[in-house]
Amino acid sequence: MRGGRGRPAPVSVAGGVVTRTDDDARLPAPAPRRRSKYGLAPYGFLLPALLVYACFLLYPLGRAVQISLYDWDGLSLATFVGAANYVDVVTDPQLRAAFGHALVLIFYFAVLPLGIGLVLAALLTRARVRGLGFFRTVVFLPQVIAMVVVAVAWRQIYAPAGQLNTLLRAVGLDSLTRTWLGDFTLTLHAVGLIGSWVSTGLVTVLLMAGMSRVPGELYEAATIDGAGPVRTFLSITVPSVRAEIVVSLTLTIIAALKTFDLIYVTTAGGPGSTTTVPSFEVYRRAFELGEVGSAAAIAVVLTVLIFLINLAVNRIGEHER
Amino acid sequence: MRISAPERAANYVILILFALVALAPIVTILGAALAPETPADAAAGGTLHWENFGRAWEQGRFGEYMRNSVVVALIVVSLSTVLSLMAGYAFGAFEFRGSQVLFYVFLVGIMVPSEAIVVPLFFDLQYLGLTNTVWAIALPQVAQSVAFGTYWMRAYFRGANRSIIEAARLDGAGHHRVLWQVLVPVARPALVTMVLLMFMWTWNEFLIPLVMSPNAQLRTAPLGLALFQGQYVQGTTLLAAGAVLVALPVVVLYLFLQRHFIQGMLEGAVRE
Repeated sequence: MRGGRGRPAPVSVAGGVVTRTDDDARLPAPAPRRRSKYGLAPYGFLLPALLVYACFLLYPLGRAVQISLYDWDGLSLATFVGAANYVDVVTDPQLRAAFGHALVLIFYFAVLPLGIGLVLAALLTRARVRGLGFFRTVVFLPQVIAMVVVAVAWRQIYAPAGQLNTLLRAVGLDSLTRTWLGDFTLTLHAVGLIGSWVSTGLVTVLLMAGMSRVPGELYEAATIDGAGPVRTFLSITVPSVRAEIVVSLTLTIIAALKTFDLIYVTTAGGPGSTTTVPSFEVYRRAFELGEVGSAAAIAVVLTVLIFLINLAVNRIGEHER
Repeated sequence: MRISAPERAANYVILILFALVALAPIVTILGAALAPETPADAAAGGTLHWENFGRAWEQGRFGEYMRNSVVVALIVVSLSTVLSLMAGYAFGAFEFRGSQVLFYVFLVGIMVPSEAIVVPLFFDLQYLGLTNTVWAIALPQVAQSVAFGTYWMRAYFRGANRSIIEAARLDGAGHHRVLWQVLVPVARPALVTMVLLMFMWTWNEFLIPLVMSPNAQLRTAPLGLALFQGQYVQGTTLLAAGAVLVALPVVVLYLFLQRHFIQGMLEGAVRE
């Protein structure tokens, strides 16, 4: 599964963005002990998909849990170590740092784009400007470009003689030029901003869809009551798109947690280990350092986190109902 | 909603500003790809140096990488589409024992990140001698796509007109006829969206091809680009041309069928 840019997880939200209804709660439960009147036909249709899915997704997932309980270098015999690899996730400073970096990325991938997207979508919905279709096409574009291409483009922008420093020199801000991807404190934030660039379009388009459904009478009533634009935004616009906010946070937080290509191409975790992230640690430990058990444990923790986020969102969605 | 002229002007400024920010990196890479690569090229004149793409294709081996990507995408998209249609039909048009549980099993697959399956898959496939083959790169992605596709098609067949299915069955149409000749033609928009999303995910995937082809014999386009960057420190022109080539197929599809992309990416994530 690939987060906001990848195979998405379904999120259940009342009054969501879907026009199609798919509500399990209202379905008649299959009658117990009653054979399908079609005999084995449905199972036959299901079998090929289930086979590939079981062999290449379910089984590896189980194996990942199994491997995570061992100390294994991928070559020799493995030693059973129980939960030691999981204890490491909490105690190992390297790993704690990687999860800490992921938190910073969540701010740039999810929180910042949400703030920008809310204001932007509110302005656009209110103004009914022309060229919205074109704008939507353009801001959504970063979502469909391969992350590797995004990373290559931004590497050029951030390069010592790249466009960003050139621009700063052109406006006389020479003192602000930096080695953006080689600085121990700045680099993580520079990478995070790439995430903001990728996410903002998705979030804005999602919120615009939600806001276009807010009934105009609400705004008219607010105007009559003498509420200014800020007041209207906070007490009408934002509450009306609660569902879309939840969905966009889910997609972008999960995308932030699974940042791999971006780090691999821009910094490879450097300088030092200031930009390592969990996903990158999984790769490094399994295929470069020969710590396969530890890699599997990090991957399992990552999976559990993603499940929990989806579960929480489903809960919130049911509350809204 | 009546708004004042200054506010309208301000809105246009904000719109244009954000469109520029979104486009700047893309324009940057396009500009770099069309710049002269050598002083000789610059002397030859012309402002746009299209020969860079030819060089990236040949010297940068991007032709080979793109062919690999096409093969992987063809396998993943065609297999996943057929399997998802069949599984979606089973869940959407039948009631059978265990359907609830089985459906939830498929839902789990949508949430599992590649990171979780790639480690054990690599060692198991290595043991079977399948690493460095197109199947090691394609089949895990088929499994991921089928999880999503089953969920997507089930939702569609659920909403499809039950009476069509019943009528066709009463006419004595077999299950395969109902699916392929009655339902699939009606489901075309949902099907196009699903195929586009699967193509995009497969084309852009990085981690699975990186891990599954350790000797780098079978590089897909994004992988070739990442490794090209390590090789040619000075050749930003060919690197940029390669980047444009990698992004192009999906971007072109997006520009023509953006409604499908946007709708699919927003809807696929939301279940009412």
